[in-house]
Amino acid sequence: MEAFADFWATYSTLIFTVGIHALLALSLWLTLSCGLLSLANAAFMGIGAYTAALLTLHLHWPFPMVLAAGALAPAAVALVIGAPTLRLSGVYLAMATLAFGEVTRILVLNLEITGGPEGLNGIPLLTTWWHILLILAAAGYALARLRRSRMGRAFEAIREDEVAARMMGIDVEGHKLAAFTLGAVLAGLAGALNAHSTFFISPREYGFENAVDILTMTILGGISSLIGPVLGATILTLLPELLRFLHAYRLAVNGLILIAVVLFLPTGLWDSRRLRQLVGAWRTRREGKP
Amino acid sequence: MSMLSIRGVGKHFGGLQVLQDVNIEVPGGAIFALIGPNGAGKTTVFNLVTGLLKPSAGSIAFQGQDLAGIAPHKITRLGIARTFQNIRLFPDMTLLQNVMVGRHHLTSYSGVAALFALPSFREAERRSRDRALELLSWVKLDHKAESTADNLSYGEQRKLEFARALATEPKLLLLDEPVAGMNSSEKAVLMEEIRNIRDRGYGVFLIEHDMRFVMNLCDRVAVLNFGRIIAEGAPEEIRNSPEVIEAYLGRGDEAEVLP
Repeated sequence: MEAFADFWATYSTLIFTVGIHALLALSLWLTLSCGLLSLANAAFMGIGAYTAALLTLHLHWPFPMVLAAGALAPAAVALVIGAPTLRLSGVYLAMATLAFGEVTRILVLNLEITGGPEGLNGIPLLTTWWHILLILAAAGYALARLRRSRMGRAFEAIREDEVAARMMGIDVEGHKLAAFTLGAVLAGLAGALNAHSTFFISPREYGFENAVDILTMTILGGISSLIGPVLGATILTLLPELLRFLHAYRLAVNGLILIAVVLFLPTGLWDSRRLRQLVGAWRTRREGKP
Repeated sequence: MSMLSIRGVGKHFGGLQVLQDVNIEVPGGAIFALIGPNGAGKTTVFNLVTGLLKPSAGSIAFQGQDLAGIAPHKITRLGIARTFQNIRLFPDMTLLQNVMVGRHHLTSYSGVAALFALPSFREAERRSRDRALELLSWVKLDHKAESTADNLSYGEQRKLEFARALATEPKLLLLDEPVAGMNSSEKAVLMEEIRNIRDRGYGVFLIEHDMRFVMNLCDRVAVLNFGRIIAEGAPEEIRNSPEVIEAYLGRGDEAEVLP
């Protein structure tokens, strides 16, 4: 029992981070599932984090309401900026959402209420492990249900061929806006949970680097199923810790591993189709033997 | 009364005049073909009808309703479905999912019902799946319902595209060069499928290159050349029309100039 207490004292922050990163990767998975390459999710996380932290610090709202506000504030922003930007596709959308992320960061950096570059201090540590687990499980369940519904099919159809999807009677613009906004909800939740587990937030944590990190986690894990993003987030969060024994070479090896994965497994670590084929091949070989 | 009326339609891209004063009346419950040489503007006609492009002049009406300003996905919901010259399936989805996408606007339930798999969700999904399987059986692909679309042969992909288009429950089906790139036995199979579709009460409006295919299949033919309709009528009339022969084979006196 004492051993566990020690372990928890040392690694609880890391485990919290894994959970929050997994939620972020799922938020981007949702956006990508509709074919939208967005770099706005880090900014949505930031909007969620600041909204939640300010409500706790100044208005002393109860935590569940704070979480809800942290999810809804970035969703409202997504609805507003989505209408003009989602007409773009591919790298153009990536650039537009990147610009939005930078504008958000600079705004937070210069506003008085957000504490400027010093960020917000003394946020109560209200997030517990089961908050993260519960929200992550609920998000995973909701996304799994979504995939099996008409909306999930429409997202996939839009990703595979936008014109054909339109000709099948699908409102492409409406579905893109929905995917973008729902992604913002999950990213905002992750931000609200993060703000209440780290005591302190600053604009630095929600910038370009973070946007790319989220994208890397999701792509590395693979977007063919929900397991991929969670796996990618876990590995990318733990890898730097596991490589600590390499000291100064740590980040270089980290980078090399990422390059290797992208080169040799371009569809991500968890590709359900490849796994099915592997299992099928293994079965036939075993059954083929006398 | 015709099902689809294209009246005085023109289309230009910048200075390039693609269609000029095109008038076509497509009847319901029959197979109507639009033929013409490469680059005559045939696919542009389909893109105008389905709302992907807007006409520069003239009007298009479907069952008496003017289609101007109606979004493409709403035109589909009115009852016009199409296939593409360069087949556009959803390659990573299964055949069943491909066809079920076509039933998008006909499958309705609330988000809550989907989230908790309530009876209304299960019932609507089951109906959609049953209909999708039925449509796959029409084109004899139901035994492959669970494999992904990119595993199909070229001819099968065409047939899947038919089934997917029919899943939107159209009244008029637009087929863009349905037999392009096929050998004669595949063509014969597809011709049979198109007849079957008409006999089930759908209107078929198709674009084609292959004269023999069109003459054997269609009830009525219009010929487009350099953006203008040059002839319209029953297949026999078209076959013997001097303008059509000229458009396809060139003029007699030009041949005489040659040594």
